[in-house]
Amino acid sequence: MLSSFLIIKFLLAIAVFAISLGVAAYATYGERKVAAFMQDRIGPDRAGPFGLLQPIADGVKMFMKEDFVPANSNKFLFVLGPSIAMTTALMTAVVVPWASPVNGVALQVTDINIGLLYVFGVVSIGVYGIMIGGWASNNKYSLLGALRASSQMISYEIAMGLSLISIVMITGTMSLGKIVEQQSLGYWNVFLQPLAFLIFLICSFAETNRAPFDLPECETELVGGYHTEYSSMKLGFYLFSEYVNMFNSGAIMASLFFGGYNLPFASYFAQMVGQNWILSLIQFLFFFGKILFFIFLFMWVRWTLPRFRYDQLMTLGWKILLPLSILNIVATGIFMYMSGQIQ
Amino acid sequence: MISQYLFYFLSFVSVMSALMVVFSKNPVYSVLFLILTFFSIAGHYFLLNAQFLGMVHIIVYAGAIMVLFLYVIMMLNLNKEDEPGTTTMSKIAATISGGILMLVLVAATRSVHGMESPVADSSQIGSIENLGKVLFAENGFLLPFEISSILFLASMVGAVFLSKKEIR
Amino acid sequence: MILLQSLNSSRDFLPILLMFIVAAGFVSFVMVVTQWLGPKHKSKVKADSFECGIEQIGNARSPFSIKYFLVAILFVLFDVEVIFMYPWAVNFKSLGAIGMFEMFTFIAFLLIGFFYILKKGALKWD
Repeated sequence: MLSSFLIIKFLLAIAVFAISLGVAAYATYGERKVAAFMQDRIGPDRAGPFGLLQPIADGVKMFMKEDFVPANSNKFLFVLGPSIAMTTALMTAVVVPWASPVNGVALQVTDINIGLLYVFGVVSIGVYGIMIGGWASNNKYSLLGALRASSQMISYEIAMGLSLISIVMITGTMSLGKIVEQQSLGYWNVFLQPLAFLIFLICSFAETNRAPFDLPECETELVGGYHTEYSSMKLGFYLFSEYVNMFNSGAIMASLFFGGYNLPFASYFAQMVGQNWILSLIQFLFFFGKILFFIFLFMWVRWTLPRFRYDQLMTLGWKILLPLSILNIVATGIFMYMSGQIQ
Repeated sequence: MISQYLFYFLSFVSVMSALMVVFSKNPVYSVLFLILTFFSIAGHYFLLNAQFLGMVHIIVYAGAIMVLFLYVIMMLNLNKEDEPGTTTMSKIAATISGGILMLVLVAATRSVHGMESPVADSSQIGSIENLGKVLFAENGFLLPFEISSILFLASMVGAVFLSKKEIR
Repeated sequence: MILLQSLNSSRDFLPILLMFIVAAGFVSFVMVVTQWLGPKHKSKVKADSFECGIEQIGNARSPFSIKYFLVAILFVLFDVEVIFMYPWAVNFKSLGAIGMFEMFTFIAFLLIGFFYILKKGALKWD
């Protein structure tokens, strides 16, 4: 019993792992194509048709580069930094429900009753990857980049946690599976909690260190930020974990606010194809479409908006998003009380 | 069965990493081992079906307080040349105070016996729903909860006060 | 020991362990492989820290602004307060009006602290 449970979960874990890596790899290609499109260029088109083999070429290149460790760095921590960054990035997706169950097997690695807290926990551990890597390099730019990155991430974690509370208030659960199920009735949470979504969206930009919050690695003043001294696949892991995190936050946002795998007119579809694997496949593809849209949104913003200044970033996180999310909690509470949803 | 093996494994990890916190020369390594200790303790919480507590342990201790510790240690000059030497007096003082703490801990653990779980079927006892119900019930921990918010207020004021003084 | 035998709800956490094994295994494998592959050319100048072409003065083990430290302290405090709100939010509908006003009192204290921080300019980056 336990062993068959573990085998199924292990296969699912490997599938999630492969999907995260695959999407992240092609997100690097997508990023360059989107950037090219925005700037009226062609983008990568040499490796394979439409440059589709570019991510593989990039990966091989990363592997074949010299793996360089600066003389006065801390050798062990220098390796540990990117390892933590990549491992935590890969750990988030376990609580995401991918589709409704097939033959009683849930298409979700695990549906823990504190799924949201788990996401929160993994994000808070992810800070170490950057801090340790930046400090171990023993380079002033790396240190400054690591400091900026970690303090940006912890600042926005607060607003992120607060914005999710109003979602928990209306759903009454912290399991992502249940939150997605509740939205199958039609009301996506984004219509009930638009402000929470907006805050969460901004925070996820900051948590992934993406533009316009990419100060930790801004080339103009910090060379490369916390990964200045990194080369080869260690650098690859830092860059890659950013894309995996983009995929993760897209998945989390889609399941929390946009109905997860639920389709519009879900019950109609379910009647048409029946509750079988075809429905699950359609749901999975639809969910994937939502995630890809969010990844595109990340890129769109990156190539549209200029970078914040550091004091503006801190002001936005602490003085605007934090009070706004508290206000959102209070407003949600009062509204639910007025409309008689609580006993 | 598997939970027994997990228990022994986690206990081994937590004791070893706790020892390494003390014995590491490099303070950054100490902090990292402390994070490992917190993770293994969180694993113990999960084995005891206290999932919420385990996750909070990871978020608050491993994720928040240790970031603060790491900041403090990174702020210090960690170069070999300006490492402050420890005098014999401070070593003796450390040994005595550590020994006294150990005495208290041993005495406390000796007085604990016959701990039994309050509920026989306890698989859901530590869930967030049950914890919330107990914590926020009218005859529950209402007063301590509100007092804790005053404690937070005091610590906020303290933190701001100390750092402001430093800047001037 | 009685508790150890029932692994019912904690069983859901085992897949996380599996995922960790997969992820950490992949990461450590790549870390070993990438050290094998690729050329190795060592020189003293190359092994120095990168300083935009000028010679290195001191190293990066130096103190930095206390502001970062203050942000970290405030983060710990707010983090714990946020954690307190989750068990409340899960039970929000069943706790009723009293539960709501309990939490609003808590939030009021939080906001007092928050405005004190703002007033003192602790979050001002200049």
